[in-house]
Amino acid sequence: MPHKTFFWFIFPTGLAMILFIGLPIVSSFFQSLHIETQQVLMEVENCDPFGCQTNVRVDVEATDKLREENPLGRFNGFGTYLDRNHLAFDEIGEAWNISSSMGEFKDIVLNLPFYKALLFTLTFCFAVTPPVIFLGFIVALSINTLSKIIKGLIVFGTILPMIVTPLIGSLVLFWMIDSQGIIGASIQILFDDPNLSLKASSNLTWITLIIYGIWHNTPFAFVVFYAALQTVPQDPIEAAYIDGATRFQRVRYIVIPHLYPVATFIMLICLMDNFRVFEPIIGFSAEGVAQSLSWMIYQDLRNENKMLFGSAGATSMLTIIGIAILLTPVLIRTWKEFRTER
Amino acid sequence: MDTRINKYSKQLIIINSIFILFWLTISIFPFIWTLWGSFKVKADFFSRAEWTYALSGFNTLIETGATTTVKAYIESWIEGEFWRASMNTMIVTVSVVSISLFLGTLGAYALSRSTYKYTFYILIAALIFRAMPHITLVSGYLFPFFQLNIWGILPTTIIVLVAINQPFTLWLLYSFFKTVPKELDESALIDGCSYFQAFRYIIMPVMWPGVVTAGLFSMMLAYNDFTVTALLLNQENYTMVPKINAYLGTVEYGGNYMWAVSSVVSATAPLFMIIWFFQRQLISGLTAGAVKG
Repeated sequence: MPHKTFFWFIFPTGLAMILFIGLPIVSSFFQSLHIETQQVLMEVENCDPFGCQTNVRVDVEATDKLREENPLGRFNGFGTYLDRNHLAFDEIGEAWNISSSMGEFKDIVLNLPFYKALLFTLTFCFAVTPPVIFLGFIVALSINTLSKIIKGLIVFGTILPMIVTPLIGSLVLFWMIDSQGIIGASIQILFDDPNLSLKASSNLTWITLIIYGIWHNTPFAFVVFYAALQTVPQDPIEAAYIDGATRFQRVRYIVIPHLYPVATFIMLICLMDNFRVFEPIIGFSAEGVAQSLSWMIYQDLRNENKMLFGSAGATSMLTIIGIAILLTPVLIRTWKEFRTER
Repeated sequence: MDTRINKYSKQLIIINSIFILFWLTISIFPFIWTLWGSFKVKADFFSRAEWTYALSGFNTLIETGATTTVKAYIESWIEGEFWRASMNTMIVTVSVVSISLFLGTLGAYALSRSTYKYTFYILIAALIFRAMPHITLVSGYLFPFFQLNIWGILPTTIIVLVAINQPFTLWLLYSFFKTVPKELDESALIDGCSYFQAFRYIIMPVMWPGVVTAGLFSMMLAYNDFTVTALLLNQENYTMVPKINAYLGTVEYGGNYMWAVSSVVSATAPLFMIIWFFQRQLISGLTAGAVKG
């Protein structure tokens, strides 16, 4: 295909992607270098019969004017990245100096907003992925043995948790787990503790979120494994059968090795998708004890009157760095695939 | 031989059936429970005293005079203006699907037919773009959109969703077009067609299986989106998902839980029906990238 024709074919989609994916990343970066204009203060002298006082007041007019002239705020360099809400190097250094033990240092650092969110995001990623792969594989294996007639119906039932948006999925579970919902109330009766609530302790909330994550992601792993199972060659399985291998041995030594590449694929996609975890936190109203990086950005932006573009931009950039680290293996894999295809 | 290998012992069949039943309970029961509960009043669906109230509709009977009620549906659709939200979702979904398929088929066709090296870099760039968390993109949109005064309206959101959706659509349709034999359009080119004519008269009639799959994924993205719609639309233009979130939190609606419950059902039911019909395409799309390699 000549260059010119190619250009016109690709132009609309390319333009859309550059304008609305490429540029926003650049724009986010520029925002992160700026910080909101501070309020202009002025001294006002109030005189009354008892004497004169000087008060400091916000000069609304001057502040508005300054904001209008420079809506993005003033240039701040990498200041936002280093402040208390982000990388907080100063605070960490201080914590290092004052804390007497490693444990104390860890406590202080993990209470800083960014590290707290990072800890949850990573815990969520790495706690959800292995069970998803395991469960997805088991479900695929057992559905694969069913007869064709009921397969369709059961596959449909299996993929439902994946189809609904995370917000709705987490709400549906939350309403059951809530201390007044069916599961929550049953647990209270079971343990005979009327104050027991999954919302009450931060550990339980984390576990709930992780269970939700497994529930939501397993169907994806199932679908991919299920399709991959259809491609397992029959000859080696037959040969193993003749040699006296049990069913378990056949799965262990023939099917699983065949599915390794697929499992890595699922793992990488799962890690990447879960790194942006955000909607379940809102669905489970877990903001108090579990914050993720994406949730921090949302928090900075959701107040229409006072959006913290600088802070949101900085967190965005740090999130993108995290995604880039997770993405590298996927890129290398795609690269190799392409090389062999040509 | 084959039949003997695939013959299962009795224990295995029993264990297997129990496991599948267990799994289906986990995956389906929450939706059935929500559907059932949406016809009750709040005191039943969230009953601390006795969970069987949700089954029998004890409080529903007292409050409304019958064991089931559609009060929450009527109120949320009319008072809660859920009709507006569902209309907005319709507009957004239909527009996003048609625009992104239009752009995506053109681009993916070109990518699949060009032999130059830059196609590879475009696809890699698309892969990187696909991995970007949507919320980081939104943080980049807001400021420029405020400055340009295009924040809050549906067209902006539609274009943004189309763009966010493009990388995946491109990849999916690219791998689909790779399976369409080159000879088809090449012979048309030899007969004197231009590339656009070849696309229009030769490729378009055979591309529908791939397009349906890609369209399904575009639809799910647009229909399900929360991040973009919640932050880029103003309250009046909310689509269904941010609207449900609004029922829960804001003072305006007084945290009217049953509205949210019934709206969740209203929003989920059409989606499930569509997926029921297009299940096969959904699965083939999900596995397109994974199993090949």
